[in-house]
Amino acid sequence: MTVTTPVEPAAAGPTRASGPTAARAPRDRRVGVGRVVAWATLVLIMLVTLFPFYWMLRTALSNGTELATNPSSPLPVGFTFGAFERVLGLSTTAQAQAQGGSGAAIDFWLYLLNSLLVATLITAGQVFFGALAAYAFARLRWPGRDAVFFVFLTALMVPPIFTQLPNFLLMRDLGLLNTYAAIVLPFFFMTPFAIFFLRQFFLGIPREVEEAAVLDGAGTVRRFFRVIAPMASGPLITLAILQYIQAWNEYFWPLLVASDRSVRVLTVGLGVFRSQTPQGTPDWAGLMAATLLAALPVVVLFAVFSRRIVDSIGFSGIK
Amino acid sequence: MTAGTTSPPRTAPAPARAPRSSREGLAAVGFIAPALLGFVVFYFWPTLRGLWFSLTEYDFFSRPRFVGLDNYARMASDETFWNAMKVTVQYVAINIVVQTVLAVLIAVLLQRVTRSVFVRSVVVLPFLISNVVVALLFYWMLDAQIGIVNAAITGLGLDAIPFFGEQDWVVPTIALVNVWRHMGYTALLVFAGLMTIPEGLYEAGRVDGASEWRMFWSITLPLLRPVLALVLVITVTGSFQVFDTVAVTTSGGPGDASRVIQYYIFDLAFQRLEFGYAAAVSVVLFAILAAVAFVQLRLTRANESDLA
Repeated sequence: MTVTTPVEPAAAGPTRASGPTAARAPRDRRVGVGRVVAWATLVLIMLVTLFPFYWMLRTALSNGTELATNPSSPLPVGFTFGAFERVLGLSTTAQAQAQGGSGAAIDFWLYLLNSLLVATLITAGQVFFGALAAYAFARLRWPGRDAVFFVFLTALMVPPIFTQLPNFLLMRDLGLLNTYAAIVLPFFFMTPFAIFFLRQFFLGIPREVEEAAVLDGAGTVRRFFRVIAPMASGPLITLAILQYIQAWNEYFWPLLVASDRSVRVLTVGLGVFRSQTPQGTPDWAGLMAATLLAALPVVVLFAVFSRRIVDSIGFSGIK
Repeated sequence: MTAGTTSPPRTAPAPARAPRSSREGLAAVGFIAPALLGFVVFYFWPTLRGLWFSLTEYDFFSRPRFVGLDNYARMASDETFWNAMKVTVQYVAINIVVQTVLAVLIAVLLQRVTRSVFVRSVVVLPFLISNVVVALLFYWMLDAQIGIVNAAITGLGLDAIPFFGEQDWVVPTIALVNVWRHMGYTALLVFAGLMTIPEGLYEAGRVDGASEWRMFWSITLPLLRPVLALVLVITVTGSFQVFDTVAVTTSGGPGDASRVIQYYIFDLAFQRLEFGYAAAVSVVLFAILAAVAFVQLRLTRANESDLA
């Protein structure tokens, strides 16, 4: 509870403690027992993190019917791409069943297209409208601005389930159930997080940048699209990636309003696929192939943008 | 925030100001209009409507019938509701304690041992995968007959554990599955907090001959408290709303053993068609989350001056 005591001496202490970058240089490089234990712990954590992904791959490359004969083999049992083929609809029903498939179609391509469409629309809307609103909150002067911003922020606190029940009714009353619009609309125009995230960045741009454009006679719209938005391309891309991943992974809302086959997204499709074999042994190889494929776009996105994503997470938490 | 006067070298900043301000006001309306529309239609209006529905009896088909506080009274004697509360609190307790301890451990390791982006990417990877995929993956790995985890357990000569099939196991199992998914993400939030602690403190500690262990307890942890409080608000309110994992693996079973509060709300609304009652339960969930956030944010604010 006595918190402040250790702070005082050090704050006045060594001058090189200026920032995160300066902190890098003077580190203890002795190889002691503690260091070995620390590394071992870290490696263990990474193994625990990565092993399930390996197991997903190993199972997906196994032959479904042979899987039970050697459940703990570290390598695929009866190596085959059959599971991927039946998930992607490339094998006949007979072939699929011979390999332990249920014969039920998963319509992977349809769900994939649905997911792509929905996540893309949601991301585009959120980033675009979020940027507009964030600009108004950060760089325009108007009465009641801070009050309205506060109201937007409080929306962060409302648990989704609370608004989703009435929103379901709204969609039903509008006759939009089982349409793309129902999945997309509630997320399309705003998310408090997007506005907050971009506002922080816009606040940091010096006034002078815009003053020059003002002297050239540029109005707000022109200043936003020609000056501010291009400067903010980095944060805009980061936000888009974060929101895309979130939209891609959303399960509850699409399950409520769009469980019909024609508009089913991948997360909902996987849930249905799993429940199609409640009693008999599920087609584990097929399920793992499907989950792997469903996760693939996010993994690829992550592989390309990992530094950007990792760096922005620290910021996103400090709302 | 403080407007134009901050730039002295410019000779005449004043003239453009007055008319610009009112034009900006008009433009601002246009800029926030879409977001405001989304806010009113999908956040504000449903919030009011949800409160209203919680005072009604409503089965989706006939008109909602006003019943006052009946739904809330009913909750008091609804055993399934109290069980759902109990299960949820158990879930949150296990999830948060294990996750926070592991996240702080990982964050400290990330700061003191390596700051490699690769290592950080690996630990956050599970967070990027959807709940549904994670649930299916662990449902398979923890399968009672041919799951790899039970294969390892029986390999050690122990009895297989019915992770999802038995009352006593199901909540801890789901809690730990979600720890696996979230610990890396939480660790990165804590890590961001750690980066704000000046390295000089540790040097001073080292000069005084303090061990890493000692420095963790008297430097890292106290200075981390505000960040930790904030992280806890996010993670606790998040884990109270656990749904996907339960829906995909157990559907609330066996019995009611994993019928967490959000699953109960879903169940009430869409399986039992008791929409008004479902809304009332979600109001209670809302109230709990608001109380948790309020208390924790108060704690945060009280500590804000630590590093200032």
